[in-house]
Amino acid sequence: MAKSSIRARARLKGDTTTVKALITHKMETGLRKDKKTGKLIPAHFIQEVTCQHNGNTVVLAQWGPAISKNPYLSFQFTGAAAGDTVSISWVDNKGEKDSTSTKIK
Amino acid sequence: MQRRSFLQGTLAGSAVAVAIGAGLLHPRQVLAAWPKSAFEAKSVQDAMASMYGTAESTPSGDITIKAPDIAENGAVVPVSITTTLPDVTDIGIIAEKNGTPLSANFKMAANAKGYVSTRIKMGKTSSIIAIVVAGGKTYSARKEVKVTIGGCGG
Repeated sequence: MAKSSIRARARLKGDTTTVKALITHKMETGLRKDKKTGKLIPAHFIQEVTCQHNGNTVVLAQWGPAISKNPYLSFQFTGAAAGDTVSISWVDNKGEKDSTSTKIK
Repeated sequence: MQRRSFLQGTLAGSAVAVAIGAGLLHPRQVLAAWPKSAFEAKSVQDAMASMYGTAESTPSGDITIKAPDIAENGAVVPVSITTTLPDVTDIGIIAEKNGTPLSANFKMAANAKGYVSTRIKMGKTSSIIAIVVAGGKTYSARKEVKVTIGGCGG
């Protein structure tokens, strides 16, 4: 796990901070079949993404398996200043997790 | 029915706690266990009842769904939802004809703007329903998206 699975960017414009994040995750629905064995591939998807600004949760995303592979997420919030920390963390249905943080530009 | 009223009760409770404004996210964090039954619900009504405590929603012109009219690849359908409604607490994305319609729900803190953007999978052509819970009321908007290649299983 040398590299984080999350790439995030936060940018301040006026009083609004826009956060964009890309997460690397296969988001398996549990409905797809393995072409070779014909067996269902077990579901493996992100369930929750917590987005925090200076430690306070701004957006809590609850996801089902219908979110696309390698999910993209964007949201906006107010009340932040340049240099503040935005952190994003996810946890999936197998309990795997990852997080990252970035400074608002 | 009992479960439904229970959910309604807990949601109303959290709205009150938020209104008080003390510890913005504490009541929600308690409630924030991943809503399995809502995501596993097979119909829009069941998913909404389980997620928001009501299957009813008021159509609103203050919700904008940005999504392609025709999605070539149902596995990646970009969806943005913007709302100008005040006091937004939840934004939900529902793909009406997916096997499990509820795609995502976003719990919004008071300083979050009424905007989320993500990408969802759609099994076939259907409407995307945006749910916005604002000030304790449930609003919705829809947009039809044609899907040429489905993105769920196959």
